[in-house]
Amino acid sequence: MCLAVPGRVLDIGERDGTRMATVAFGGVQKEVCLEYLPDLQVGEYAIVHVGFALQRLDEESARQTLELFAQLGMLQEEFGDPWEQAAQAGGGEWPFADAPDAAPDAAPDGAADGVRGHDAVPAVGAAREEGGR
Amino acid sequence: MRYIDEFQDPELARRLLDDIHATVTRPWALMEVCGGQTHTIIRHGIDQLLPERVELIHGPGCPVCVTPLEVIDKALEIASRPNVIFCSFGDMLRVPGTGRDLFQVRSEGGDVRVVYSPLDALRIARQNPARQVVFFGIGFETTAPPNAMTVYQAKKLGIANFSLLVSHVRVPPAIEAIMRSPSCRVQGFLAAGHVCSVMGTGEYPGLAERHRVPIVVTGFEPLDILEGVRRAVHQLERGEHTVDNAYARAVRPEGNPAALAMLEDVFEVTDRAWRGIGIIPDSGWRLSARYREFDAEHRFSVTGIQTREPAECRSGEVLQGLLKPHECEAFGTLCTPRNPLGATMVSSEGACAAYYLYRRLELTPAPQAGTAAPLEASPVV
Repeated sequence: MCLAVPGRVLDIGERDGTRMATVAFGGVQKEVCLEYLPDLQVGEYAIVHVGFALQRLDEESARQTLELFAQLGMLQEEFGDPWEQAAQAGGGEWPFADAPDAAPDAAPDGAADGVRGHDAVPAVGAAREEGGR
Repeated sequence: MRYIDEFQDPELARRLLDDIHATVTRPWALMEVCGGQTHTIIRHGIDQLLPERVELIHGPGCPVCVTPLEVIDKALEIASRPNVIFCSFGDMLRVPGTGRDLFQVRSEGGDVRVVYSPLDALRIARQNPARQVVFFGIGFETTAPPNAMTVYQAKKLGIANFSLLVSHVRVPPAIEAIMRSPSCRVQGFLAAGHVCSVMGTGEYPGLAERHRVPIVVTGFEPLDILEGVRRAVHQLERGEHTVDNAYARAVRPEGNPAALAMLEDVFEVTDRAWRGIGIIPDSGWRLSARYREFDAEHRFSVTGIQTREPAECRSGEVLQGLLKPHECEAFGTLCTPRNPLGATMVSSEGACAAYYLYRRLELTPAPQAGTAAPLEASPVV
């Protein structure tokens, strides 16, 4: 959660009067709020933390950071399945195999958005460690 | 130098290290404030590449670690209630409260959900108007603005079934408290880069002047850390104590004005307890009077919960840089990521977890040939 990750703005739109964007982080895409960087444009890069763009970043710095994070397994930690990671941290078996996204009744209302898409994170298997996030 | 080939630009890393080695003439102790920086340092063995006379001390900059036990217990109490959907970042699932954690609450039937953004929790509240949706609002100055925006939106949109369990902390008062401690050995700070992306650098010149310490704003990639150390050491050797920005690609002096304005509107500064440390004056935020109706502590009447931390856990000393993780008697034996006594071990950004994940092989004597003693049971030197 501490981690803020650089991402590239793919498109921008309004939702409930709020300026939102689709942002790509390596192979993962997320909905991101632009209220704190209202001038950010499609194609630009920003540091994103818990779904909010917080500061602009130049393209080269962003690319280097994303590459490094992928190598270190940090994108997997940030965007992987938190329930699975918590189960591994506890040393137990993954107990929710039939509902891997989030709470059992979460799927219809989209609550699991935040934990989907981890299959698209660059493969970093060796970097996964016991006791992750 | 066994790690240096793993740096993104090994040649640049070597040049920075050579400069640091050539500059240092006396012992210096620097504190990296951010837990992400601690992990970079341990993961890449940066502390071992530096001259022996440059010591890196790990600071309190892990929001998961410093969230007080009683706040965790309040979260567990609220999350256990039948009409509640409790939303949290994934990092908090395994943080131990008294006797259990959010992961267990869910396995006992509590509706605990992990969200990527606090706005996801607000969306859940709109979609479940008959239920109370609570978001666990922890974190430093990087996380506070997103949570502030979420409360602002809840008020604007009239979403009455949403509330925030808030335990936000601020970095500069923690630096002040560390410098005021009689046992403080810190002579310079690597300030947390992303905190400064939001807050700017305006809070630091007074600190640097008052305590005569250089403060270098630093990112958390390996080369960022080396450059931060290099600049801090140059200042110390010259007897200077200014604020220097070594993370200019992401930090502007004024920070993010829109985020600062929202913080000012939604939150107000308050004293805040830090897990393992105790109360630090003015070190936190709570909802301001205009937004008090969204305060989960009052909505669920859990203001009276008070708990005590395990006596064996010395994470408070680790968080203040007074003790290295492996110097704790419980490290690696009573306390492991699978069975943590305190949050510095359970959080992946905690100093104890970093040492456990990346250092235990070096800290543990090699087993005798033919034995297969589990690492967790091995004595720690």
